[in-house]
Amino acid sequence: MTEIFPNLEIAYGEIFLSIGAMLLLMVGVFKKDSVNLVSWLAVGFIVITMFLSLAVGSEQTFTLSNLFVVDGFTQFMKILVLVASALAVIMSREFFRLEGEDRFEFPVLMVLATVGMMIMVSANDLMSLYMGIELQSLSLYVLAAFKRDSEKSTEAGLKYFVLGALSSGILLYGCSLIYGFIGSTNFSSIATAVGGIEEGSASVGVVVGLVFVLAGLAFKVSAVPFHMWTPDVYEGSQTPVTAFFSVAPKVAALALLARTLYVPFGDLSGSWAQVVIFMSVASMILGSFAAIMQTNIKRLMAYSSIGHVGFALLGLIAGNAEGIRGVMIYMTIYLVMNVGMFVCIMSMRRKEEGMVEDIADLSGLAQNHPVMAAFISIFMFSLAGVPPLAGFFAKWYVIIPIVNAGYFTLATIAVLASVVGAYYYIRIVKVMYFDAPAEEFVPQKSLPMKVIVTLSAILVLAFIAPQISSPVLDHAQAAAQGLSQK
Amino acid sequence: MMEIGIEHYLTVAAMLFTLGVFGIFLNRKNVIIILLSVELILLSVNINLVAFSSYMGDLVGQVFTMLILTVAAAEASIGLAILVVYFRNRGSIAVEDIHLMKG
Repeated sequence: MTEIFPNLEIAYGEIFLSIGAMLLLMVGVFKKDSVNLVSWLAVGFIVITMFLSLAVGSEQTFTLSNLFVVDGFTQFMKILVLVASALAVIMSREFFRLEGEDRFEFPVLMVLATVGMMIMVSANDLMSLYMGIELQSLSLYVLAAFKRDSEKSTEAGLKYFVLGALSSGILLYGCSLIYGFIGSTNFSSIATAVGGIEEGSASVGVVVGLVFVLAGLAFKVSAVPFHMWTPDVYEGSQTPVTAFFSVAPKVAALALLARTLYVPFGDLSGSWAQVVIFMSVASMILGSFAAIMQTNIKRLMAYSSIGHVGFALLGLIAGNAEGIRGVMIYMTIYLVMNVGMFVCIMSMRRKEEGMVEDIADLSGLAQNHPVMAAFISIFMFSLAGVPPLAGFFAKWYVIIPIVNAGYFTLATIAVLASVVGAYYYIRIVKVMYFDAPAEEFVPQKSLPMKVIVTLSAILVLAFIAPQISSPVLDHAQAAAQGLSQK
Repeated sequence: MMEIGIEHYLTVAAMLFTLGVFGIFLNRKNVIIILLSVELILLSVNINLVAFSSYMGDLVGQVFTMLILTVAAAEASIGLAILVVYFRNRGSIAVEDIHLMKG
């Protein structure tokens, strides 16, 4: 059982990226004005890590006394996390250059958060789960409060910290109960122990522990009723930070949630299904209705992301490989749409006022900046789930497993919630095309930003083509099989 | 003489956990109290883990406790650092003043 030389090969990606982060710190400290260098090195390290994670293979392997697992599912999710982080670092370059407060700590914190997320995705034990979450959260708290002299940013950081620490505490209390009543923190041992429990006779301690862990994880994915921090933190943080928050940590936390529900507690699905159904329905409904009243576009994206998490959770309820595949496809498409949309939000900059983020500022955008308006419309229609854009297929692949599993009411609620959601997405299109033009924005000059937004728009438009969608579908299919079999 | 068993430890831990959660939600005065409450929650978890660990004769719980203690220290330092920058901007750390963003 105990291994003298742990098989570290499968963790090379994480090891490389952690060492890389230390190296970046060194470069940043000892070399003057090295922000650009550190940022592009960070992107390079993340790309190399992507290849290292791909090189591991999708065979299920454990290492470090079974604390760490690698399989097709972790591989898929890690690639998503790494892509999101690399794009966020690239996007932040232009923003900080224009804001004029370039600090090299930013990419370093991003890289550290990414290491945390990779550990979350690969966690196979309550201990590695906790360590991954904390490494990610501690970096994110600092990122939220990154603009030190801004009241809003520090308030966002403070709120995120207090609620994040509370949720970690709740999660840990659940972990301690599970450890006490099952006798192990390892996912595989928990699965064996839970498998021996007869239907409906699980001890109260285990169920309460599971619910506490679920509550802690729900906070990390910002599912209702643990969503209160999301709008405030999204609005207060600087835009590249918000762009990062809205994608990478969500992907990682959903991957962790999926593994926790399916691997150790797969046989207790009767106990957690109701909780997940409640979170999913409440998130979808709140996400659609609360967003209607918003005037700030970052706040709107926050409610939109709450709604999207509700949809992604649908896939977990189905309880089979098809559902897991749905979640993976959903997160992939959500990543592309959100990244593209945030590039557009970062382009909302005026000469005198600097960054603006009100929906009213987009008024009549189609006359001043027809290309940007077209991009925003593509992303908005896709987020609303209008066929034939990618967002429609994302919803399709989570609702079909639900229908096949017999949850018809749930599927109906999901469709209705997406109809309500369409109202506020399409309202933005209306504001851009039919309202009186507001003052012009400064044109976006940065080449990387243009490339990112064009690529994501093309992916969103072309997802219907089998050449684009079938690789995603096939990989998700294979990876989902692996997770749901155990 | 009453024998002190696992249930006593669990009760103490549960009480500390509840106190911590209430400390966060009922306190309207000072953010420092919130930080204290967070520590209280983490320590209650540690009591739980150590009690289970010694009851079962299994070391994993104590290893977990060590990890939590370390992370709690890092967490507290980051929390205090954020609190300091916040105080510099607002000149107050009263909980009811944290309301720039709402809705």
